[in-house]
Amino acid sequence: METDILLDIKGLSVSFETDEGRVQALDSVDFQVGLGQTLGLVGESGCGKSVTALSIMRLLPKPVGKITSGRIHFQGKDLLELSADGMRQVRGNEIGMIFQEPMNALNPVRTIGDQLSEVFLLHQEIGVKEAWFKSVEMLHDVGIPASDSRAFEYPHQLSGGMRQRVVIAMALACRPKLVIADEPTTALDVTVQAQILELLQTLQKQLGSSVLLITHDLGVIAETCDEVCVMYAGRIVERASTVELFANPRHAYTRGLLSSIPRLDRIPKTELSTIDGMVPGLSDLNQGCRFAPRSGKVHPQALLDQRSPLQEVTEGHWVESCPLCSNL
Amino acid sequence: MNAPEELLKITDLRVHFPVRGGIFRRAVGSCKAVDRVSLVLQKGQTLGLVGESGCGKSTLAKSVVKLVEPTSGSIKFKNQEIAGKKAQNNFRKNVQMVFQDPAESLNSRMTVGAILEEPLDIHHIVEKNVRSERVAELLEQVGLSRSAANRYPFEFSGGQRQRIGIARALALQPELLVLDEPVSALDVSVQSQVLNLLMDLQSKLGLTYLLIAHDLAVVKHVSDIIAVMYLGKIVEIGPAEEIYLKPAHAYTKALISAIPIPDPTKKRKRVIIPGDVPSPINPPSGCAFGHRVGSSLYPESVGKKLDMEEVSTGHFVLQCPCCT
Repeated sequence: METDILLDIKGLSVSFETDEGRVQALDSVDFQVGLGQTLGLVGESGCGKSVTALSIMRLLPKPVGKITSGRIHFQGKDLLELSADGMRQVRGNEIGMIFQEPMNALNPVRTIGDQLSEVFLLHQEIGVKEAWFKSVEMLHDVGIPASDSRAFEYPHQLSGGMRQRVVIAMALACRPKLVIADEPTTALDVTVQAQILELLQTLQKQLGSSVLLITHDLGVIAETCDEVCVMYAGRIVERASTVELFANPRHAYTRGLLSSIPRLDRIPKTELSTIDGMVPGLSDLNQGCRFAPRSGKVHPQALLDQRSPLQEVTEGHWVESCPLCSNL
Repeated sequence: MNAPEELLKITDLRVHFPVRGGIFRRAVGSCKAVDRVSLVLQKGQTLGLVGESGCGKSTLAKSVVKLVEPTSGSIKFKNQEIAGKKAQNNFRKNVQMVFQDPAESLNSRMTVGAILEEPLDIHHIVEKNVRSERVAELLEQVGLSRSAANRYPFEFSGGQRQRIGIARALALQPELLVLDEPVSALDVSVQSQVLNLLMDLQSKLGLTYLLIAHDLAVVKHVSDIIAVMYLGKIVEIGPAEEIYLKPAHAYTKALISAIPIPDPTKKRKRVIIPGDVPSPINPPSGCAFGHRVGSSLYPESVGKKLDMEEVSTGHFVLQCPCCT
């Protein structure tokens, strides 16, 4: 069903200029986000989750970060071909973004009502008064009590959870088709995390938006996403519906991740299973199977030199087809 | 002496910080970071301390290693008082701390060897000529190679740095380790390696842990006893299994239900706590949690002195009309 796809990313590669030369942060990433769907991107630090989000928004740090190949189709148009002006029309209007650390995403010297109005003033042809009125309404929608007086407050006057609500209000102000949430709850306490996730889900239902949720927390994924992409060292190694992925993880990395998290129902004080070694640095990546050094299996040179393509094992369940790291 | 030895006993501990205001910077109020906390830690046990940010977990930990001077109350380590100005300082080598962010708690200009030798030097416990041998031993104990001693912290990954932090804490062969969020800065796959190391060291060296973490699944996995803190007070303390299976305080229940479970087939009814933790500078006069959730029984708790009561062996709950 081609028509139901909102965001279609094909062969996206991104590289960064560093002191050690060019490093590849994303290597030919493909995925689609369906209309109204929540897609989770999960992986450890440095695997390219955030770079993916920034590439979609075309916010990669210039001039070090560069999209070297691929295309990002959003509602039929290629975002990479838009002019800077055209892209500005998309950002905040059609695609909203929620950042990890709400304190850094807000301007400390302007009131929250002021910052929120800016979104309306930029994207809708309305006056300052009406924009303010809409901002107050939006703050109310994200559950900020006494929003008409709160709109006059500065970010430092709000708690972490409230600040994240403001950031969500800004991202959703123009009722975007797609919301990119980059670790929206990582900086928050569990109880506030539960509030924020609930809020996101309610608003998503109301607006019918699609969400691209980036997180390292598999618990959050399990509770909110329809489909999951597991990323490792700049690549997607496995993609499946959430239920399928948790029930039948095929890639050794996914299995390792799932079994290494401490769970409430696990027998306490027993040894946790681990993934040996550590996440590889981006400067010393091979072209073939990147999980090889941690898989505990000796890979023949051919598998280290040549990337195994993603293969669909059961319907909708894709896995990088390295014969040693995945159950095909 | 009876079999389980009391290693750490905290009684009625208060840590209040003055809030200064006005042109003379006089104390105009106080921030009750830790308020009437009592707990006992037996030798060889792990006590997990959980709670939201700002509830006083870290302040409690810091007062145990004497980085913060308590306002009142007593902290006894092996029956010796360590709180107060007159207290002896010789307990310090027996109580060591592992910090949250290994990148910030290791001096980036010192080699790992120098970092590990420093405590030995300060406490004069290992002869100079055998120190490097002791350093190598420590590194091997935490799963690093001997050659790591000549390298600098930046050459290591997050997980390895945390191992160095643990090695430094072990240098003086302490009996009690205070672990302040030891794995929260680490990636999932590395987190389990460090947790395994901690559990392994505990059984080998007979260590006692005071573990602070906000990840309840982590705490549940490694702790014998769990204490739940809310706004400077312990609201519930008891055996780990029991706290999870039979939480008695409304806050504990809500906290447990807020943990996302990594299993998409389990759809649960979550108890969503509205609002945020109130400020410890001006806390509600009654039960702080009842106030937050807007409990109809909240007025009953106003002005009452809330006390801990034992509901079953070793399981204490803060008694209040609206939460228990």
